[in-house]
Amino acid sequence: MSTHHHHAKDFLFTYIFSTDHKMISKQFLVTGFLMGFLGLIMSTLFRLQLGWPGESFEMIEMLMGSWQEGGVMSPDKYLALVTMHGTIMVFFLLTAGLSGTFSNLLIPLQIGARDMASGFLNMLSYWFFFISCMLMLASLFVEGGAASAGWTIYPPLSALPEAIPGSGAGMTLWLVSMSIFIVSSLLGSLNYIVTIFNLRTKGMSMTRLPLTIWAFLLTAILGVLSFPVLLAAALLLVFDRSFGTSFYLSDIYIGGQVLDHTGGSPILFEHLFWFLGHPEVYIVLLPALGITSEIISTMSRKPIFGYRAMIGSMMAIAFLSFIVWGHHMFLTGMNPFLGSVFTFTTLLIAIPSAVKVFNYLTTLWKGNIVFTPATMFSVGLVSTFISGGVTGLILGNSALDINVHDTYFVVGHFHIVMGLSAIFGMFAGVYHWFPKLFGRMMNNKLGNIHFWITIVCAYGVFFPMHFLGFAGVPRRYYTNSEFPMFNEMIDINVFISICAIIALVGQLVFFFNFVYSAFRGPRAPQNPWKGNTLEWTAPVEHFHGNWYGEIPAVYRWPYDYSKVNAAGEYVYGEDYIPQTTPLGDDEKDGGEH
Amino acid sequence: MMTIIVAVAVILVIIAGSQLLKIAELRAQSKGELIYEVSEKEAKFQGILMLVFFISFMAFFAWQMCSWYGLRLPVSASVHGVDTDWLTGLTYIIITPTFILTNGILFFFCYKYSYSSTRKATFFSHSNKLEAAWTTAPALVLTVLILYGLSSWNAIMTPIPDETDHITIELTGQQFTWTARYAGEDKKLGRSHVTLIEGVNATGVDADDENAKDDKIVKGEFHLPIGMPVQFVFRSLDVLHSAYFPHFRSQMNCVPGITTQFNFIPTITTEEMRKITNNEKFNYVLLCNKICGAAHYNMQMDIVVESQEDYDKWLAEQKTFVE
Repeated sequence: MSTHHHHAKDFLFTYIFSTDHKMISKQFLVTGFLMGFLGLIMSTLFRLQLGWPGESFEMIEMLMGSWQEGGVMSPDKYLALVTMHGTIMVFFLLTAGLSGTFSNLLIPLQIGARDMASGFLNMLSYWFFFISCMLMLASLFVEGGAASAGWTIYPPLSALPEAIPGSGAGMTLWLVSMSIFIVSSLLGSLNYIVTIFNLRTKGMSMTRLPLTIWAFLLTAILGVLSFPVLLAAALLLVFDRSFGTSFYLSDIYIGGQVLDHTGGSPILFEHLFWFLGHPEVYIVLLPALGITSEIISTMSRKPIFGYRAMIGSMMAIAFLSFIVWGHHMFLTGMNPFLGSVFTFTTLLIAIPSAVKVFNYLTTLWKGNIVFTPATMFSVGLVSTFISGGVTGLILGNSALDINVHDTYFVVGHFHIVMGLSAIFGMFAGVYHWFPKLFGRMMNNKLGNIHFWITIVCAYGVFFPMHFLGFAGVPRRYYTNSEFPMFNEMIDINVFISICAIIALVGQLVFFFNFVYSAFRGPRAPQNPWKGNTLEWTAPVEHFHGNWYGEIPAVYRWPYDYSKVNAAGEYVYGEDYIPQTTPLGDDEKDGGEH
Repeated sequence: MMTIIVAVAVILVIIAGSQLLKIAELRAQSKGELIYEVSEKEAKFQGILMLVFFISFMAFFAWQMCSWYGLRLPVSASVHGVDTDWLTGLTYIIITPTFILTNGILFFFCYKYSYSSTRKATFFSHSNKLEAAWTTAPALVLTVLILYGLSSWNAIMTPIPDETDHITIELTGQQFTWTARYAGEDKKLGRSHVTLIEGVNATGVDADDENAKDDKIVKGEFHLPIGMPVQFVFRSLDVLHSAYFPHFRSQMNCVPGITTQFNFIPTITTEEMRKITNNEKFNYVLLCNKICGAAHYNMQMDIVVESQEDYDKWLAEQKTFVE
């Protein structure tokens, strides 16, 4: 097996057009985080407007320059920022950034493969993603500004530049960028699926896969089945916008004249959009849940509780996620019977979700929990998954949804259950696998500080939003000052905005820790967390091929932590048994004694 | 100048931070420790913080309830809204304890089982009994919520039968204003289409349709009689809008190209609600709740709920379409 001489390859093919999954993983991570940081800054800017409507801010003027002379945000720019924030966070950070980083890093390393099935497609996947990022960012600078119709880009608003300036060139770039993004996502997902099914090392049966891999596999399947539908939706919208078709448009009077479009329906777009849009929630969430399962088990030095139930619940969630999209559309005038069906399927998701939560809790029970920053963020994920999940019972129930639909209650719900859970999972993953990514360790103290600032501020930002929802405050309002009944809520908005600003500052601690540790952190040992999975049997230094000599074979499931024999002693003297350790004569696999 | 000072300060902080990290690492090294290994003391400390966090979180929750729960929407002013609120309340009775208990267990376990070098973790990998229990429990609770939810949903969504006495109002959304049209004496709305929009006929009512002649179009505010079922028909002329009546727990999207429907029975007059809320300026509002453009945040219409007599008087003063 060729190994060392890969180092001799020139810079371009090692760092830029690399086909090594580990380098591609780092590319996704850094690009995703940079995009995410921009998305975070955008949210802080519009939080300034919401907390102190109409006031002038130097920060706004400095960052937005000539777009916002005088530092007072205009309604147009507010909507553009809201739209871009949503798009960037959901797709660029939490889809590409999260899956791209950890599927790429962990799939070959944890299943025992030298690389992805196709390194070349993998490289293409990253570069399509990169182009997509550039186009999306470029859309901020075109005439009329960035897309402003919300991240869901419902037509006709997104189809008609007469309706909002951002639906001009900005929306065109959005659609092109997203189409390229989908290509990237499909190339990645196909690669992940093929790799998991075909390149597992000797002994690595499906029931010995770490839960991370199961999560990545199901995520990739969701992506392959649902992203093409968004591509179709986007292309039809391009046709409507540029070639005069009427897929989504009918009977429109705007700007003093009747448009020629007839016969289309914006509801069609909503169906197509949410057919991706809802699985997308789980495309974002499942990898985070997989990462957390792995970390909670490793760091509490216990097997994950209910390994098979965890896989089953993820499968159930993945399956159900395809038949619940209508709960985003209860109030579009759809047949009430259809609404009933979607209520039923939606609330069913609570069952596998509850199973997952209880299994996490039981895993922690009687554990010996080592609090690394990765552990902390994993615990944070379980907390946000609970806190945001329970309000889903209100929103998923069509009768109750009527009164909270599109209010801040929704904003609070999905930011906690999806946004926070996913980003907590991503942070946990970065802290945990940093030694694998960069061969160095991150600083724990800074990591802990980062965690505490983040969770306190995150709840500070999103929990009060439920109370805005109780008062009926709609989302995506530039200011609430036009309604006396909402203007009373200004205290809540000020509170939220202050928490958002502190949260932003808190992330700087992370970025500092990240950059510093990547270059100057202490050198990582091969297996710093005493983990069982295969990636910890690979050498610290990176080279194409992952293992010198033979790929290790696997003899047991990945969760033999603190396994004791009849005498109450650790079976092999340590509280962990790597997957490469053959089963003893009197040992059973899969958590059986 | 300010920018330069800030930039210099940031750079200094970064350098200082780097040096501190280096020192901490060297100190750990000199003591023969690895800086990334979590000591028992540190784990204990973080475990305690977890517990402190949970207690503060609950205190924060309680504080919010005290300060902000009072800002919620007043009692529902529609018949079905009372049911909606009841079911919402029931759901809260289920989810609030769940939220507190499971979070509590989570953070308590973090505190209780933080790392100790002397303790062994318990190898406990699965239990069919436990898993069956926490699959069944949520399933039972959900059955109740789904059944109640679906029965109210069906009741809310059923259109008012023709034979029931009711009034019909068409609400048309367009950037960034609402127009209401009353069906008039014949109780039938005349046809309308965007191609007929011309001059003062801003919503495109068909002047040739007999049913349209007595229709009454109002802007700015519209009135409803108390206790009378109101069948709303929604239209949009341009982009998606959503007609949200928070006080009546009612909402429906307005979709260009099709009409949508919703109905409710108002139960509290504006005057009564002013007393209930202790706010003389209180007004029911209709607002737009689907992003529709730059002035989306200010697309509103006032609603006045009053006695049948006052309503009849008000309606008589409004001009019909042909006038």
